[in-house]
Amino acid sequence: MAQDAGKKKTTVASQFFKAVGNGFKDIGVTFKEGDWKTKISYLIFGFGPIMRGQILIGVALLACEALFIWFMTGFGWQYLSKISTLGTVATKKVGRKTVYGDNSFLILLFGVLAIFAVIALIAIWYINIKENRKEELILRNGKKLPSNGEVFHSLFDRNFHKTLLALPVTGIFVFTVLPIAFMILVAFTNYDKNHQSPTNLFTWVGLSNFKQLVSFSGAGIGPTFVQVLAWTLVWALFATFTNYFLGLAVAMLINKKGIKFKRLWRTILVLTIAVPQFVSLLYVMKMFANDGLINGYLIKWGIIKTYIPFWTDPLLARITIIVVNIWIGIPYMMLIATGLLMNIPEDLYESARIDGANPWQMFRSITLPYMLFVTGPFLLTQFTGNLNNFNVIYLLTQGKPQSVNLAEKAGYSDLLITWLYKMTVNDTNYRMAAVIGIMVFVVTAVISLVVYNMLPSVRDEEGFQ
Amino acid sequence: MKSYKTKRAIGNAVGYIILILISIIWLFPFVGLVLQSFRSYATEYGGMVDYLVPKQFSLDNYKFLFDSSQTNYLMWYKNTIIIAVFVSLLQTIIQLCVSYSLSRMRFAGRTFLMRFWLILGMFPGFLTMICLYFLLKQFGLTQAGAIPGLILVSVASSGMGYYVCKGYFDTIPKALDEAAMIDGATRSRIFFTMIIPMSKPIIIYTALVAFMAPWCDYVFASYVAFGHDTSYNVAVGMTRWVWTNDYQGYFTRFCAGGVLVAIPVTLLFMFLQKYYVEGVTGGAVKG
Repeated sequence: MAQDAGKKKTTVASQFFKAVGNGFKDIGVTFKEGDWKTKISYLIFGFGPIMRGQILIGVALLACEALFIWFMTGFGWQYLSKISTLGTVATKKVGRKTVYGDNSFLILLFGVLAIFAVIALIAIWYINIKENRKEELILRNGKKLPSNGEVFHSLFDRNFHKTLLALPVTGIFVFTVLPIAFMILVAFTNYDKNHQSPTNLFTWVGLSNFKQLVSFSGAGIGPTFVQVLAWTLVWALFATFTNYFLGLAVAMLINKKGIKFKRLWRTILVLTIAVPQFVSLLYVMKMFANDGLINGYLIKWGIIKTYIPFWTDPLLARITIIVVNIWIGIPYMMLIATGLLMNIPEDLYESARIDGANPWQMFRSITLPYMLFVTGPFLLTQFTGNLNNFNVIYLLTQGKPQSVNLAEKAGYSDLLITWLYKMTVNDTNYRMAAVIGIMVFVVTAVISLVVYNMLPSVRDEEGFQ
Repeated sequence: MKSYKTKRAIGNAVGYIILILISIIWLFPFVGLVLQSFRSYATEYGGMVDYLVPKQFSLDNYKFLFDSSQTNYLMWYKNTIIIAVFVSLLQTIIQLCVSYSLSRMRFAGRTFLMRFWLILGMFPGFLTMICLYFLLKQFGLTQAGAIPGLILVSVASSGMGYYVCKGYFDTIPKALDEAAMIDGATRSRIFFTMIIPMSKPIIIYTALVAFMAPWCDYVFASYVAFGHDTSYNVAVGMTRWVWTNDYQGYFTRFCAGGVLVAIPVTLLFMFLQKYYVEGVTGGAVKG
């Protein structure tokens, strides 16, 4: 298995280098064999296509180059040139007036944008060369180039994906890729409440934030990090599997022959999906509060003397969260399981019954294997989703109870994700928030990769057919 | 034979008892929410008490919500509806476009795009909050302009959530496309006149999920609209009622507000439940 993976990796790498090599070869060959129109295209994008009558393609390429030059000279370069230091001129007060110096935030953000622009330019340059090559080859073979109208119409037929994907890809670039690249870089700077732009500069600090995260002495927050990470994993495990098995059990109970009003039971359960979580979770939070309904009734009925600290005792808070999460999660699993249970062929159960199997044996050897096989990927996404389950934790406890034993204002029920949120919003400790964010990514990615390759439905796709 | 019958009857009885218990547990918070929303603010107390059924039913809390001189609740409600409608509409369009391209077309960079988005999706969303806030601020889409800003952010990255919809498209036989193409139909024509009409269940599912999400959006909405009461959504505004220090008097008002939020959303959900179940089950199996 490991050998296999190793071999795969080398082939992927060699394929990549081969592709890059071919790319360079293309560039060289096109230049050597190309006519003057093609050669000028190396500097002026789209020159060749325009001269050959491919106005639409040529103008688009040229527009990209013009846009790049306009962006870099007017805007990008002033930031890109300072990205190695993130600015050196501090903001000063001269008399009553504030003289603004460099803004590290803008330098980093637009510097990253400029780097992306350069990469895009190289890609477009390469496309431009390939386009020239393609046109020359078509002409050399004595064929005709497609007309501008045909090129335009292909955007709704052969190249329809370009039209469809243009907007989504741009949106994801601006609002996901760019911010993530920016935040990853912030993890290597000292951007926090003492280095807040535009008043103060921040700069590169290498790996020191990561060292602080895993260091167990001095200002290190290693103990807190380990604590929060451990609870995050425990929580995700419990939340995923309690919901899975209890949801399955409830679905089987409702599906059972002889149980009537199936729709009614399902509808009651589904209420927790339908009602917006901030309403139901905040109400439940108040219900379990020290002065809430549950404590109130228990005291009134004389069952307890003083209130039970559902949210203020570290262990009890964690248990209560998991219990409330069951309330939220069972209906969802129940819906999925109901649909899937009906897919199990009835004759499997029939023959098992004839062989004298009891219900538990039937569940163990028919229902459960089938469900686990079919819902393997779903369980994985549920698990990674629970690692980042912000709503349940934050609306119930906001990560509390807090403790002086924990660094960075972490609480005992904080997940990595809520801790990250509190760092960003309450403490403006962006550098550590960025580091935690990267850690969340690492944990999610590692678990996904490892588990995904272990899933029976991935290893053996035909398994249950 | 008789023992088998009694055994089954006992089994069913136990089943009913468990189901009734479950129903009570599941319904209790909602019944409590409704009952406490009717507790009088003036004659009883607006905060936490140790009894469920109010001594006297009154509409005080609801009157408060509709009194725009005291609270912006109606404004928040309107904001949330605007966000939900636009997000639902635009997000559905974008996901349909992405799903069709990835399911039906084969082009250079397709697998790269899918892998890249998968990896991007493993980064926690809140990581990028400050950066997004800044980007929105550049366009004037924070505080007073938070509503369009929130719509923009929710819609912009929605292409990455194509999985369920693409899974549905994958089940529509490719032979249909091929037949249409032989008859001279273009890709766009196939998309608009064939695939979309066949995808009603998944369109409703996508739109429903997208419509319900903004009702719970607390995190980003509170960050973008920070300090600007009139651009809050219901989640941000009402969460403050519960969390701020004077929540004591606001608890029953929160209940009333919650009831008003829950009723339309729940009705809509129940009405379209069939499509939701279909989408969720399909998505779970395909992963």
